[in-house]
Amino acid sequence: MSKVVVSFRKENCKGCGLCINACPKGLLDFSESTNNAGYPTVYLKEEESCTGCALCAVMCPDVAITVEKEVSA
Amino acid sequence: MKVISGKPESLTDKKYHYCPGCMHGVIHRLVAEVIDELGLREETVGVASVGCSVLSHNYFNLDMQEAAHGRAPAVATGIKRVLPDRTVFTYQGDGDLASIGSAEILHAAARGENITVIFVNNSCYGMTGGQMAPTTLPGQLTSTTPLGRDVKKEGYPLRMSEVLATMDATAYIARTSTHNAKHVMKTKKAILNAFKAQQQGQGFSMVEVLSTCPTNWKMKPVEALQWVENNMMKYFPLQEFKKVSGGDQ
Amino acid sequence: MKVLMKGNEVIGEAAIKAGCRYFFGYPITPQSELPEFLAKKMPEVGGVFLQAESEVAAINMVYGAAGTGARVMTSSSSPGISLKQEGISYLTAAELPCVIVNVMRGGPGLGGIQPSQSDYFQATRGGGHGDYQNIVLAPSSVQELADFTMKAFDLADYYHMPVMVLGDGAMGQMMEAVEFKEENLCSSLPEKTWATTGCSGRERNIINTLYLNPDLLEEHNKHLQQKYEQIKNNESRAETYLTQDAEIIITAFGTTARIASSAVDSARAMGIKAGMVRPMTLWPFPSSAIRETLTHCRSILDVEMNAGQMLDDVRLAVEGKAPVYFYGRTGGIVPKASEILEEIKKIGGISYESHLRQA
Repeated sequence: MSKVVVSFRKENCKGCGLCINACPKGLLDFSESTNNAGYPTVYLKEEESCTGCALCAVMCPDVAITVEKEVSA
Repeated sequence: MKVISGKPESLTDKKYHYCPGCMHGVIHRLVAEVIDELGLREETVGVASVGCSVLSHNYFNLDMQEAAHGRAPAVATGIKRVLPDRTVFTYQGDGDLASIGSAEILHAAARGENITVIFVNNSCYGMTGGQMAPTTLPGQLTSTTPLGRDVKKEGYPLRMSEVLATMDATAYIARTSTHNAKHVMKTKKAILNAFKAQQQGQGFSMVEVLSTCPTNWKMKPVEALQWVENNMMKYFPLQEFKKVSGGDQ
Repeated sequence: MKVLMKGNEVIGEAAIKAGCRYFFGYPITPQSELPEFLAKKMPEVGGVFLQAESEVAAINMVYGAAGTGARVMTSSSSPGISLKQEGISYLTAAELPCVIVNVMRGGPGLGGIQPSQSDYFQATRGGGHGDYQNIVLAPSSVQELADFTMKAFDLADYYHMPVMVLGDGAMGQMMEAVEFKEENLCSSLPEKTWATTGCSGRERNIINTLYLNPDLLEEHNKHLQQKYEQIKNNESRAETYLTQDAEIIITAFGTTARIASSAVDSARAMGIKAGMVRPMTLWPFPSSAIRETLTHCRSILDVEMNAGQMLDDVRLAVEGKAPVYFYGRTGGIVPKASEILEEIKKIGGISYESHLRQA
């Protein structure tokens, strides 16, 4: 399985939870920490299980999620 | 590494002012992605409207004009008539487009202005505090229909896509939704079709996108998406109402 | 070379001569010859004539087109200009250049279709919401319709603002010989680097009128007010007629000034030292031209086709240093020279009458 990197622009997140709802494998959850605006932020629980489908990013209203996938040469 | 999904170039770095869970942000991103994919960022002029999207010129990383309430299609007409080779789009909400701007949208469509309209329908006036819109569903609670929209007194919602699809000069009219990822991707495809129709000079194109207003609906963002699916889509069926052939099939 | 043309058509031809290629309008009497003329002419010069669905739409099309940097014009008559006020406020706020023609008719409401000057307040006080004023040019002949329309485009571009050409139904319908003096057009206006034309090779441009931060909105208002001060200093114009020794000064603009000048001639023939100051710009108002007459002038008679609107500006200019009388006709009735002469005689009073009898 190719490597997937999911990164969060933490300060853009408003804690709406639509990404958590969108993940078909239930891999996202709210973290303990909040951002400067006071919103709870999201983290990827099991990086290795993520397929990079990017549905979380598709549903994110704040363009806070970037999904990158390693491409085999 | 290949970016599967991230910030398109046609969006600025500015943080949205929208409420948590508001789908304006998603629709902005889709428009920006389409403009990027068609390579049109530097030859596009966008027109922002009045409502929550009044500040959308802060987010689209391209030339923008901010129009008066409802007048975006007239402003876009002015731009397009001077610059027929540029891509011109408006980004309007339902109060702006279907109520105060109903004359401007009808006649821009009737003239077949070669512009693209992104019409965000969330069944209420979001920015002013959730008042009744021309798209508010029968029975829906808003701050000016505290007992629910009574069709005997306040009439019925306007189905703008259906109205505009009857016009001879419209080239592409579709209604889509943002209630889940599949439909967000369908929305992007519709927006792509609309911009392509303009590129090919086919005439007026519009995508009506069903969206949410968690704050004024007094719902959690996820519940708001479910409300779109369970209530709005019954009144506003998702459909590609019109697609003029001859374009990119 | 002079040609014989109708006032409304002259405005259209002057616009084309000034490089205007975009016109958005809506029919209304008594200015419809202007859009009709441009409907024919614009396609011939590669321009665009578009009949909008309303005056509101037309002025917002002007906003869009002006935002691309194009020279653009709209025209209407009084009730239609009321509808355009929303857009005029936005154009002003966004500092977009354009030319707006008002061929005035009698009001209020639908009023009538005969000539009037009853939109003076609306034109010179901004007209729409917010703290603003726009340049208002008041031609009084068909030649001036041409000159002022052409000048309006230069002023609009120079100061980044709407400029209004304020005519009336009589002038719009009048035929006179006219010459289009393109050599008078300004040849060195700054490039419109702010225009929204697609951001190829540059930073993006935004045309906006919303300032949610009150400090920024105040800054913007200060900037507009500074511009207005500059305009007041540079652009106020008036024509004086027989004012040098005049004891009674008539103030009048547009069509009324043409009639008033005959009344001045008649008064002079009777030995009354009458003269006239005719504002050519209504905003900025040429107060100094009126004040300068106060060294010898005993009283002022303001004549208008309304119930007394420029009268306020005349009084402000005079600052109580001389009595200001008023004579006006409303409803689309044009005052006769004989009526104005009677007013002059009244102001001159018995002394004039007795003086004339003695002579």
